[in-house]
Amino acid sequence: MYSAVSALNGVSNVGFATVTEMGLCGMITLRGDLADAKLAKVITSATGADVPAQRRVTTSGDHAVAWMSPDELLIMLPHDAADAMVATLTEGLSGQHVLVVNVSDARGVFTLSGDGARDVAAKLAPVDFATDAFDINDIRRSRLAQVPAAFWMSAPDTITIVAFRSVAQYVFDVLSKAVAQGSEVGFH
Amino acid sequence: MLILNCPYCGVSADETELTAGGEAHLTLATVGDDDAAFEAYLFMRKNPRGVHFERWRHANGCGKWFHAARCTMTLEVFGTYSAQTSEPPQEIIDSIKARRPDWALSDWMGTGKGDAV
Repeated sequence: MYSAVSALNGVSNVGFATVTEMGLCGMITLRGDLADAKLAKVITSATGADVPAQRRVTTSGDHAVAWMSPDELLIMLPHDAADAMVATLTEGLSGQHVLVVNVSDARGVFTLSGDGARDVAAKLAPVDFATDAFDINDIRRSRLAQVPAAFWMSAPDTITIVAFRSVAQYVFDVLSKAVAQGSEVGFH
Repeated sequence: MLILNCPYCGVSADETELTAGGEAHLTLATVGDDDAAFEAYLFMRKNPRGVHFERWRHANGCGKWFHAARCTMTLEVFGTYSAQTSEPPQEIIDSIKARRPDWALSDWMGTGKGDAV
């Protein structure tokens, strides 16, 4: 038996904002018809969170459900609860045209925290990170420098970034560069 | 920089988030079609100076394909619309005609008087 290891084992870097690899995070991709009432009911009873509106994240305790595209949700939860959640959702949605997959170990998750978090993200992604355009629990899939990433405003000055595990080192390096002391922007 | 509004996730996505998919509204040649139809489907593409319809994919985003109507000369964007259609919807045609009164869809389709200008 092996023990699960996250992409960069919780490495962190402090500059004018702080970049931290989150360690093990559970993630489930769910694809299906998000307008379907039965699907909404199953998701709410399994996670406690409602099906989110376009580009929003709903949370309940340590569970979060993020809108990824018109037919895709990302369910974030503790790593060791993912397999049980997949089983619950698969059973609850049996007979429906859906896809439920545990993708926990395919991703790297980072947090960007501190007053400069919005500035750092704005250096690397073609996204408007102003408070009125990107508020708490908004999620935006875009690119982070050269790789795809999802940005979730998970707290007032914290952005959670989800990227593919294969590019985790690149994401950490590019974020570390962007938070370097002396490169403050002071825009947001 | 070209900025298109993705009709699926509702964001203004700049060119670097998108992948170009070439000309829109092609008709697939299939079993039983002659060589000329296959040639047209595989190789013959419009290259208008002016109004053009294209396919784009929000690759660094929601991942969906969509359609865009824009001007190749001025980079003006007339609108974006769902990929689940085989011809431009009326509101897109209206917004093009508001800006280009002389333009007609038949020009672009190649069934009008001349090529789109």
